[in-house]
Amino acid sequence: MRTKIEVRNLRKSFASNGSSLSVVEDVTFSVRDGEFIAIVGPSGCGKSTLMNMIAGFTQPDQGAVVIDGVERNKPNAKGIHISQQGSVFPWLTVRENLMFGLNGHAPANKTELADHYADIVGLKGFEKSYPHELSGGMLKRAELARALVVKPEVLYMDEPFSALDALMSLRMRNELLRILAKEKHTVMLITHDVEEAIHLADRIMVLSPRPTRIQASFDVPFAHPRKLSSPEAQELRVAILRELGVNSYGD
Amino acid sequence: MDRFKQALPALVVLALLIGAWWLAVAATHSVIFPTPWQVISGAAELAIDGTLWQHIGASLMRVGAGFLLAVIVAIPLGLWMGWVAGAYAMLNPLFQILRPISPIAWIPIAILWFGVGNTSPIFLIFISSVFPMIVQTTVGVHTIEKRYLRAAANFGVSRYTLFTQVVIPAVLPQVIVGMRIGLGVAWLVVVAAEMIALRSGLGYMIMDSRNAGNRYDLVVAGMIIIGLIGLALDGFMRMLEGLKFVRWRYAH
Repeated sequence: MRTKIEVRNLRKSFASNGSSLSVVEDVTFSVRDGEFIAIVGPSGCGKSTLMNMIAGFTQPDQGAVVIDGVERNKPNAKGIHISQQGSVFPWLTVRENLMFGLNGHAPANKTELADHYADIVGLKGFEKSYPHELSGGMLKRAELARALVVKPEVLYMDEPFSALDALMSLRMRNELLRILAKEKHTVMLITHDVEEAIHLADRIMVLSPRPTRIQASFDVPFAHPRKLSSPEAQELRVAILRELGVNSYGD
Repeated sequence: MDRFKQALPALVVLALLIGAWWLAVAATHSVIFPTPWQVISGAAELAIDGTLWQHIGASLMRVGAGFLLAVIVAIPLGLWMGWVAGAYAMLNPLFQILRPISPIAWIPIAILWFGVGNTSPIFLIFISSVFPMIVQTTVGVHTIEKRYLRAAANFGVSRYTLFTQVVIPAVLPQVIVGMRIGLGVAWLVVVAAEMIALRSGLGYMIMDSRNAGNRYDLVVAGMIIIGLIGLALDGFMRMLEGLKFVRWRYAH
């Protein structure tokens, strides 16, 4: 498959108390079209900074992000970013939120598209609800639908489900897989949850502590639906945790 | 029933206060200070001959005009100052100096510039309510959460969409708070302004009642009516806070 995203020698440092703190140090990798890539790393290692640069919100000090052969320096609707805290507009209804990015479409078509995607994520009947009337899980669904409705080529997900409880988080993972099976997007997921990464991703990259580099990369060759309790999945989990410096058996 | 229970302590306090007032007037045999009943009958007298409604209408008209003018000026100015750092740097110091000047201090200048017609109180109301609304609108823009602006940038929307669907709705709850403050101050000021030199309005009614024969029943009636109308105006502004597209900002 062809290459979708090329990350070339990205570096970023921030000024702190007069000295410069290097956060991302020489990160290079590429993502194939339609690939689901997960990035795990210790907290505070610069995962989010890395993703902000790839999504175009932050400019790297050095290096470049090339998407479809074109260097990117600004965010656009071809790659939608979904963060942990979420950014569904509280002053718009679910339908209005979903219609937000659809400016090029004819008005009648907009409503139709919005309602279609609300249906896909399981929000049928809540199109006219305001976000404060929804639960945390439903808000995530709305955010996901708002991203999907503009038919982005890439989804950038920065710990999207980590504010949800364990059960809802698992449910949202399954929803995401169900949707991705129908609409093939390229996905970059940042997570600190190794199981989540194994559940979802085609490839898992482990980042080092700050200043961060790619420390290891694992292919996840299991077919969906995945059984996380299988010996192979457990073996992979142990290997990834070892890279993160955690001994999973306590021995 | 629950609402009645909630309001009960307040009603008891009011009843006690009116009772104490009545007793005090009766005990001191005051010939000038009215009893609650005299206040009610005095107000009823003015209500029947129609002058009370004229005074109320005149005050409300002035507040309406001055306040509306202030809204028209303050909201675009506040949005501009909030959005454009240069505009904020240029205008904020000036407004911070003008804001603490009591509107009452403007009365002589208002009379000098506009005479003693309707324009003076309208100007004073404008002056008093425009600054709180500018400040609140500016604060509203400054406190828009970055994640919403980021999302708007991500979807690559036009500047028009950014303003109409993100910036303005995000600021609206603060604007309503500013309008509530502004209208409250405006109502305070109109009465004070009318006390100076006019022939209508609740402020005029109070001063005129005192000057023309010590009608303290009408003075107190005027005060109570001012209080009740102020309460109603605030209640109206609070209804705006209940609108669905601004409620997210206030406590749930």
